[in-house]
Amino acid sequence: MGQVEIVALKELSCQIEPGEMVSIMGPSGSGKSTLMNIIGCLDKPTSGQYRLEGIQVDKLSDNELAEIRSRKIGFVFQTFNLLPRTTALANVELPLVYSGISKRRQRASEALETVGLGHRLNHKPNELAGGEQQRVAIARALVNNPSLILADEPTGNLDSRTSKEIMLFFQQLNQRGITIILVTHEANIAAYTQRNIRLLDGQIIADEKK
Amino acid sequence: MKLRDCINLALRSLLSNKLRSTLTILGIIIGVAALISIIALSRGDQEAMIAMFQSQGDNLVIITTSEPAMFVGLSSSTLTLKDADEIARHAPSAAMVAPVSQAPAKVVAGSEDEETTALGVTPEYQHVRNLHPAKGSFITDADVKKRARVVVLGSQLAESLFGQSNPVGQTVKINKRQFKVIGVLEPKGATFGLEDRNAVVPLTTLQSYLLKSDSGRDTIQGISIQARSKQEISDVITQAEAILQERHHITEGEKNDFFIISMDDLVELGDQMEEMSMLVLGLVAGVALVVAGIGIMNVMLMSVTERTREIGLRKAIGAKSKDILSQILAEAGIITLSGAILGIILGYVMAHISSIMVTNMGFPFEAPVGLDMILWALGIMVFIGLISGLYPAWRAARLDPIEALRHE
Repeated sequence: MGQVEIVALKELSCQIEPGEMVSIMGPSGSGKSTLMNIIGCLDKPTSGQYRLEGIQVDKLSDNELAEIRSRKIGFVFQTFNLLPRTTALANVELPLVYSGISKRRQRASEALETVGLGHRLNHKPNELAGGEQQRVAIARALVNNPSLILADEPTGNLDSRTSKEIMLFFQQLNQRGITIILVTHEANIAAYTQRNIRLLDGQIIADEKK
Repeated sequence: MKLRDCINLALRSLLSNKLRSTLTILGIIIGVAALISIIALSRGDQEAMIAMFQSQGDNLVIITTSEPAMFVGLSSSTLTLKDADEIARHAPSAAMVAPVSQAPAKVVAGSEDEETTALGVTPEYQHVRNLHPAKGSFITDADVKKRARVVVLGSQLAESLFGQSNPVGQTVKINKRQFKVIGVLEPKGATFGLEDRNAVVPLTTLQSYLLKSDSGRDTIQGISIQARSKQEISDVITQAEAILQERHHITEGEKNDFFIISMDDLVELGDQMEEMSMLVLGLVAGVALVVAGIGIMNVMLMSVTERTREIGLRKAIGAKSKDILSQILAEAGIITLSGAILGIILGYVMAHISSIMVTNMGFPFEAPVGLDMILWALGIMVFIGLISGLYPAWRAARLDPIEALRHE
């Protein structure tokens, strides 16, 4: 009896260069969530190392991880995770509040303009379509000028037309030099990326560049 | 994160669930308002009582044969006029002695009649008890000597018999005998042995015309004494007690058949009662505040559980644990502080309205809401808010972002 150690990832080694657009695929239980949490600085590896822009993340405290998340990483989730009953502008401002940055309103509205929602600043999530909500979430991920955008099944809750829009938009962002990592189980979504990493049982079974 | 941002976030969260925030605040408002108004009313009550004791007369000592707390007992009095005479003669600290006799009286004026009590007094009574005729004059030595059938009416009695017209110079019938009204007293509220409903006549007149049996004629129901000074009040009590014990053949260790009280004793008694009622109110208040605190904690826990995902998201996008902690604490603080402020305002209004209502009923009354009460209420509520926000905030702060984001 007692706690059983589950090894989610083993002997996994990979390097993602700045400006890459990478998709991570794998069936459930393959360890892709764990990998994503480590890349996103939400979790620390129990053994092994993770470096983000040269910073050894596995040595950092929870507070320092929060700091890294707010400065270097933008998250996009399958269910958007916008604050309900809160305007698009306020949602996008939120990361700036936590990183203590001023001129929030201006930067947040710029980010919303970047995602094509400059005319919807004061709409609340329930007044926006699914694709628009995801674009607000992308604006929120962009607003801190992160080194990395980490998208977890970003099109999982969208229809195929809107999914395509969002993926094209990710490509545009990538062309501007933003590193994008997206986790998906759909091959047609992964097809929008230049590099595809496949996981199985905690190990990389394929790493293909186009 | 800056304090202003923290308060902003907390406000935004509270506003995004207006109904729940309003209901929680409402609970605090009602609790605080009830507390403030009850304490104000009880304070006003005590102040009115102490003011009443103090208006009875300067350095006043009263001897009665009834329990001071009851102020009743007409028939079985053991005090006599001779007792009062002896005290006046042999108690050096007594400046003035006023014997009081009583008889039931039916006072008739025209078609109006009132059942009341007639007090038989001497002119000293006016000074000892600090009485002022609003109209006409008080009983004189000549009235007492002549057993004059004159009467001074209490303010309420005068009003119910004569309405707005001036009773002075008019005639009333007391127990079927004619009396001339020579004065009307200023309203004084209920006092010891004298009410605004009483009729006051010369002591001798009462004995001759209004007391039925001869046997009771020398009996009096009370003696009011004015001490020469505040310092001599206790001397008056000792001297009067010694005189009465001797006259009533009460040996040492035996129980007195009379009571001697000074207004100072009563003020002290009033203070003690205030302390008691404050203690009881304090306990009730404590329970109410604990309940309010539990309510806040409950609501905050619910709101934290409901927002698990949101808290996970906040952490993912860079919120530190202490940011989450301070936001939840700020929410609890804002709820309690605004509830407390509104509750204080409502309590003040309630105390003010009840003061006006009681005053309109004929008892000048004010329920004061003191700055000390306001500060206490604010301080205690903020303390309770923070204490009851602490656990939910701690729970929220230590949520694992990954788990929280996965929460449905």
